[in-house]
Amino acid sequence: MNDMRILERDVTTNTIKFAGRDVHVFYGETEAIKGIDVDIEDNTVTAFIGPSGCGKSTFLRCLNRMNDTIDVCRVTGNITLDGEDIYDSKVDPVQLRAKVGMVFQKPNPFPKSIYDNIAYGPRIHGLAKTKADLDEIVEKSLRRGAIWNEVKDRLHAPGTGLSGGQQQRLCIARAIATEPEVLLMDEPCSALDPIATAQVEELIDELRANYSVVIVTHSMQQAARVSQKTAFFHLGDLVEFGATNEIFTNPKDPRTEAYITGRIG
Amino acid sequence: MTDASASPVSPAAAPSAPSSLYEQSSRTKKRNASEKRFRAYGLTAIAVGLMSLVVLLISILGNGLPSFKQTYIVMDVELRADVLDKNGNRDPADIAKVMTFGYTPLIKQAAQAMVQEMGSDIEGLTDKMIGDMISKEAAGQLRNYVMKNPDMIGTTQQFKFLANGRIDGYFKGRVTMESAALDGNVTPEQLMAADEMAAAGYMTTAINPGFLTAPDASDQRPEAAGLGVAILGSVYMMLVVLVLALPIGVAASIYLEEFAPKNWVTDVIEVNISNLAAVPSIVFGILGLAIFINFAHLPQSAPVVGGLVLTLMTLPTIIISTRASLKSVPPSIKDAALGVGASKMQTVFHHVLPLAMPGILTGAIIGLAQALGETAPLLLIGMVAFVREYPGMPPEGLFDPSTALPVQVYNWTQRSDPAFFERASGAIIVLLVMLVLMNLVAIILRRRFERRW
Repeated sequence: MNDMRILERDVTTNTIKFAGRDVHVFYGETEAIKGIDVDIEDNTVTAFIGPSGCGKSTFLRCLNRMNDTIDVCRVTGNITLDGEDIYDSKVDPVQLRAKVGMVFQKPNPFPKSIYDNIAYGPRIHGLAKTKADLDEIVEKSLRRGAIWNEVKDRLHAPGTGLSGGQQQRLCIARAIATEPEVLLMDEPCSALDPIATAQVEELIDELRANYSVVIVTHSMQQAARVSQKTAFFHLGDLVEFGATNEIFTNPKDPRTEAYITGRIG
Repeated sequence: MTDASASPVSPAAAPSAPSSLYEQSSRTKKRNASEKRFRAYGLTAIAVGLMSLVVLLISILGNGLPSFKQTYIVMDVELRADVLDKNGNRDPADIAKVMTFGYTPLIKQAAQAMVQEMGSDIEGLTDKMIGDMISKEAAGQLRNYVMKNPDMIGTTQQFKFLANGRIDGYFKGRVTMESAALDGNVTPEQLMAADEMAAAGYMTTAINPGFLTAPDASDQRPEAAGLGVAILGSVYMMLVVLVLALPIGVAASIYLEEFAPKNWVTDVIEVNISNLAAVPSIVFGILGLAIFINFAHLPQSAPVVGGLVLTLMTLPTIIISTRASLKSVPPSIKDAALGVGASKMQTVFHHVLPLAMPGILTGAIIGLAQALGETAPLLLIGMVAFVREYPGMPPEGLFDPSTALPVQVYNWTQRSDPAFFERASGAIIVLLVMLVLMNLVAIILRRRFERRW
C-alpha cells in the first residue's frame, strides 16, 4: 500500500485469477449469458460494461455463486478460481464467498452497529481469536475502506445511520474484512453522488494492490478511470475484452464502438 | 441496433379556448366530487364501526360490571358445640362428620336472632324466609371455617355471608317488589327485610374477589359462582398453545420460506395451510376428540387437550403471518449476509429472523388471542363440564379437568337464573381485559424489536 509507484505503473501480474470457459447462464428458458470465455487477472481492476440486461451483473454473480439463491438460474460451462472449478459438486458456495467478496449496487449495511457490520464476517469465519484481534481487524478494514476517520468515534452507532456514500464504503470495508482474494462490485457507485463516487473509485484503485477487483458499471468514464481491463457485454455475449485504453481508443468491434460513442445502449 | 432516431417534434395541439385556473373544468369537478363521495363513505364506515364498538362496550360494561360487586350479610353466629362437636373432644375427624347440612340451622337461627334484634315488624315475614335470604353457600363457608379453626367451637364469631342472588339482584335493580310478588324464589317481605338490614348496616355491597377466584357454582347459587377455574384453564391452554404453536409454526415457516425447494409439493402444502386457516374451529374440535381423546386416550376436559386442539387451530395463522414477515425482510440484507460468506442458516438466524421478529410476535399473539376466545372446539372435548376443583400446578395440572373462559360464558348464558346472565357479562369483561393485555404485550414487544433498515 505504501509503494504507490506500483499502482501508477499500471503493472499487471498476468496471474489468471478467474477463468471462464464457454459459460452459459439460463434463467428458466431464457439464456442470459450465451457462452463466454474470459480471464480475469490478479491485482487488476476489470470493468464489465454494456447496456442494461446484457448479462454483466449475471456473470458477476456467477463468480461467487450468488446466482445459487435464484431457483430458476442454471449455469453451464466452466469457471475456475486459481484453477479450481467453482461449480464442482465438492465446492461449498459459502467457502467460495469467503474468498470472493461482493459489494452490491445499493448500500446494504446490516441494521446493526458499524462495528458489528465489519466484525460479522470475521466472526462467522473465526478469523479473530480475541476481542483485541477483532478490534484490530475492524480498524484495519475501516481504514482500508477509507472510512475510519469518519466513524472512529461512533463505532457503536447504527450503520444504517450513515450517509449513502459512507454506507457504501462501510459495505466495501465489510467485504474486505473477511480477507477475500477477489472483490466483486456490482455498480457500487450508482446510488452515490460524484464526491462519494470519487472516494469509492480512489478506494478501488488502492484495493488493486491486494485484490483482484471486478466492477460492473454503467458509467464508461468510471470504467476508463478505474480499470485496467474492460469487458464489453452485449445481449449475453462478451463482445470485446481487452486493455481498457485499447477498448476506449481503438475498439475492434463495431458494436463496442457504437456503445462507447453513445449510439446504442 | 436501435439508433436513436430523432423524430420531428410535433407541436402540441393548441387548446381551443384559453381556460382560467380559477374555473374548474367539468372533468375536475367530477373527479373532486367522486373523491369527496369516497371520503364520505369511508367516514361513514368508520363511524358505524366506532358506534357499534361503543354500544357493545356500554352494554357489556353495564351488564357485567355489577358482577364484580356482591351483597353481603354480616352476622354473628354462635358455633354451638352441641351441634358441631357432640363428643366435645375437638377431634377433626369427628368435626368432619358434621356435613354442611348440620351448619344450616346455626345460620338460620343467627339470622332470625338478627332480625329480632332489629325489632323488625314486617307482616308475613316467616323464619324460613329469613333463612333463605342467605346464600346456600354460607353453610359451606362456615364449615370450612370451623374445620380450620376447631378451637372456635363454642364461641360466637362474626361472619360475612353472601346474600341470596335475588336479594343481591334487588340491590342491583334486577329484582323489584313487583317482580318479587310473582317470583317463587323471593318474596316482597324478604326485600323489605333486606332494606331494613341495609339500613341497620347488616347488609352491605362490596367488591367480590370471589368472582375472579372462586370456582363455578350450581344453578341455585349464582351469587357464589366465580371464574377461578375458567381463568386457570384458559391460562394453561394458552401456555400449551404458546409452547407448541410458536416454535412449530416459526420453524415450519422458516423452512418453507427460506429452505424448501419451490415445487409442486411445497405449492400443495402452501395452499393447504391457507385452507386450514379458514376451516371452522368446530372441525378442529372433532379432530381433537378423535385423535387426542379417542385415540391417544388423553383425559377429557383437560387443558392439555384444549391446548393441543387450539394449537392445531392457531398454527396456520402463525405460519401465514410469520411467512409474510419473513418475506418482508429486504433481500438486500440476505444478499449482504451471503456476500460475506454466511451460510443460509446463519443468514436466517442472524439477520432475517431478528428483522422479522416484530411481525412474527404480532402474528403469534393474534393467533393466541383467537385461541383464547375460541369456544366451539372446547365444547367437543368436554371442557364445557361443571368443574369445581381447581386444576393443579402445571405440568400435572394440565391433565386435570378444567374449563375455559369463553366456555364459562357460554355455560352461564344457558342457565335460567338472570343472575347468571350478569355473571356471563362479567366474564366477557374479564375475557376482553385478557385480550387487551395480550395485545398490549404484542405492542410492547414490537416496539422493543422494531429496527430500521
